[in-house]
Amino acid sequence: MAEFRLPANSRVQPGREHKAPAGATRVRRFRIYRYDPDGGGNPRLDTYEVDLDRCGPMVLDALIKIKNEVDATLTFRRSCREGICGSCAMNIDGGNTLACTQAIGDIGGDVRIYPLPHMAVVKDLVPDLTNFYAQYASIKPWLQTRTPAPPDRERLQSKAEQERIDMPSACILCACCSTSCPSYWWNSDRYLGPATLLAAYRWLVDSRDEATGERLDDLEDPFRLYRCHTIMNCTMTCPKGLNPARAIAGIKQMIAERKL
Amino acid sequence: MTQPDRPLSPHLGVYRWQVSNTLSIVHRLTGVMLSAGAVVFTAWLVATAGGPDAYLGVVGVLRSPPGVLALVGWTFCFFYHLCNGIRHLCWDAGYGFGISQARASGFAVVAAAVLLTVVFWLVVAIGNGS
Repeated sequence: MAEFRLPANSRVQPGREHKAPAGATRVRRFRIYRYDPDGGGNPRLDTYEVDLDRCGPMVLDALIKIKNEVDATLTFRRSCREGICGSCAMNIDGGNTLACTQAIGDIGGDVRIYPLPHMAVVKDLVPDLTNFYAQYASIKPWLQTRTPAPPDRERLQSKAEQERIDMPSACILCACCSTSCPSYWWNSDRYLGPATLLAAYRWLVDSRDEATGERLDDLEDPFRLYRCHTIMNCTMTCPKGLNPARAIAGIKQMIAERKL
Repeated sequence: MTQPDRPLSPHLGVYRWQVSNTLSIVHRLTGVMLSAGAVVFTAWLVATAGGPDAYLGVVGVLRSPPGVLALVGWTFCFFYHLCNGIRHLCWDAGYGFGISQARASGFAVVAAAVLLTVVFWLVVAIGNGS
């Protein structure tokens, strides 16, 4: 059920101010969500002033600079710094994206950074993705076949068949789309969410997969699939430019068509 | 395992409002308004069966300035819900999922709903005048 207000322990309090060092030439304010699981108390919003003339161009550069030079307790996930691992997904300037591919220069005013929305927070910008990964595993994201593979070669695909899975295969499971979706906010215990449904679509349209019927049976459910109301936040926010909304519509069409 | 003492990260309060999610919530709100309007419509229907006094009573309320305002609101809700419903049908058929297409169809729906509401009430006004 939709709970619009944050629980009492989750409301964000004003936090600390960290001024830029003297002589800073181009100062930008970063307002960052902080939550310390060991210290007790509510989350707070800390402000850090960063000299952009001494910082890399991306939001992740600023986070790393703050962690190195100002506040070593600031906690966030990051790895590849080039938009392929999906670790540094967070809510930046009101939208979900990857900190490593979001340029500071494309944001006007203070840079507001929160964890991915409507998730349990482990610490600072690190959300608990246990449920998200369990949902991904639940759609059996691997090739399922019944017929034996050809003895002398791989299961071949035409170029057109390969192109059908190109878009959904490019998903990096950063969870930006699922945590942008209001339906997922209110029903993440039962609705699979755009990222997992995009992955399901990827196996449904794979010409080599032979479990299409069972996959559709598993998805045909008022909550697992049909909590999608085509709000389109997923497609608007995907940092890889993918289209989960279209993929979900594709699944709905496949279910409708097999009833004809 | 989720730990119950972990805070929930902010959602509605921090997520940017954009054309896509705004029009979606407006679709739902207009649906709720139309349900409320259906009750009034039913009252009007019952009044038509209840004789001239009952009928004039209900019509009197609906012709008062707040009544007319509510009727204009309901006709806008009706036309918006209708046009956006057609937009949803296109999506269900697999069309219009590009970001620019979805934005353009959203603006088109709002424009069409406003236009249809204006035309509807112009026709009503002209009909009353003649």
